[in-house]
Amino acid sequence: GRAGLSRTEPRARDGRSGEEEEEEEEGGYQLYPGHIPTRPLQKALLAAGSAVMALYDPYRHDMVAVLGETTGCLALPNLRDKMKHHPEGYRILQERPRIRLSTLDMARLRGLPDGSLGREYVRFLEDNKVSPDTRMPPKFVDDEELAYVIQRYREAHDLMHTLLGMPTNMLGEVVVKWFEAIQTGLPMCVLGAAFGPVRLSVRKLQVLATELVPWAIRSGRNASCILNVYYEQRWEQPVESLREEIGIFPPP
Amino acid sequence: VYQVFESVAKKYDVMNDSMTLGIHRVWKDILMHKMNPSPGTLLVDVAGGTGDIAFRFINYVRSIRERQLQRKLKYHQDLSWQEISESYQEDKSKSLGNSQVVVCDINKEMLKVGKQKAQHLGYSEGLSWVLGNAEELPFDDDKFDVYTIAFGIRNVTRIDLALQEAYRVLKPGGRFLCLEFSHVSNPVLSRLYDLYSFQVIPVLGEVIAGDWKSYQYLVESIRRFPPQEEFKAMIEDAGFLKVDFQNLNLGIVAIHSGFKL
Repeated sequence: GRAGLSRTEPRARDGRSGEEEEEEEEGGYQLYPGHIPTRPLQKALLAAGSAVMALYDPYRHDMVAVLGETTGCLALPNLRDKMKHHPEGYRILQERPRIRLSTLDMARLRGLPDGSLGREYVRFLEDNKVSPDTRMPPKFVDDEELAYVIQRYREAHDLMHTLLGMPTNMLGEVVVKWFEAIQTGLPMCVLGAAFGPVRLSVRKLQVLATELVPWAIRSGRNASCILNVYYEQRWEQPVESLREEIGIFPPP
Repeated sequence: VYQVFESVAKKYDVMNDSMTLGIHRVWKDILMHKMNPSPGTLLVDVAGGTGDIAFRFINYVRSIRERQLQRKLKYHQDLSWQEISESYQEDKSKSLGNSQVVVCDINKEMLKVGKQKAQHLGYSEGLSWVLGNAEELPFDDDKFDVYTIAFGIRNVTRIDLALQEAYRVLKPGGRFLCLEFSHVSNPVLSRLYDLYSFQVIPVLGEVIAGDWKSYQYLVESIRRFPPQEEFKAMIEDAGFLKVDFQNLNLGIVAIHSGFKL
């Protein structure tokens, strides 16, 4: 691509107004809506800044997202290749399904039998009062396909919670992060898994260390790539059967 | 531009401190010293959103007033207690000596933040907040002693109109003061400054305010603004006399001054 672009100085004195331009931005072209091309120095600064800010203010989910994007340059192509070499993953890359409230038929999912993926997913969303629409779209990934991969990973996060049976409190999130870290290799997951526990009480840390994390690690290693599952076509499948198929051990 | 500042309003002060490493406070202090207002001055601070200039003005005038009062008290050594306490009461109620500052901004969110700050810091008298457009000020002709615009004029679409409005609302003898980012002619500093502006500032915007694009816009608007001499000519075109500028930090920032005579 145009990674090594010399910095253009277009706006210095030519009186253009400050509107967004779709073409050339600082460091390259805009490859997808919302894309902000960045130079390596900017990415490094962003990675450092977002890491600090994410630790300082845990409510800044956008910082976690930015950290993931700026540090994922090795892990994301890896994930993309895993998807390409798998029939279901390949189809996902082709069809680019999105998990959003507008694309999901919530009423139908709610009507599915208990224990099915669809029913349990909706139950998870309602119990924890979350929505799939709050996932940040990627901004700093400089490849359009990889941008989709990270978007898919983010949208599948709630399904991870469902499959692992973990709630959205700090403890649950850390467990899911451990699982995701093993599965994806994304530095952001690794950092989240390592630093997340810092804010937990001692008792919870004990449970985490003795039961939950070992289970998450074992499942993560045993399971096939979770991005290779076409979840939208498996709403009727019982959660247990899907767990077995992927290779996730039953939660403790 | 409006939307940029709506999202920017709440984190404005934090971002200012981060981007300029706190130096913007020094710049604003220098502006106030240059203005050297005496008690009884009527100031309009345009695009003054969060109140930085207004608060400094009040502090400055208050301290001058206090010194005035102290000197007056010294003279009153020979008066009776009755007379002293009477004049003391009178002066107390005018701790600002009738000085007033009107903060005018086009953006409601910025004004809101400014009012909250004023309350939080304990500023109440001599301060008013008006929603208005620099290109079309909601004030009568010949009203103010001083007009300031700090880091605001580069965001105005028609700078010439803003300058004309400034001329209109100032009293004869009134002073125009503009504090704004300007042109760095030193090549070494210029390159470092560009590097910092384009590489670091949008990152700060993303990390602190969650908003890359607004701060990218800010940096670009600084580059688009006319350099010192050109801006001086524009001010003269609006009718101001004795127009001059003072570079701060080798031109990163400049204070332009003019008089309506």
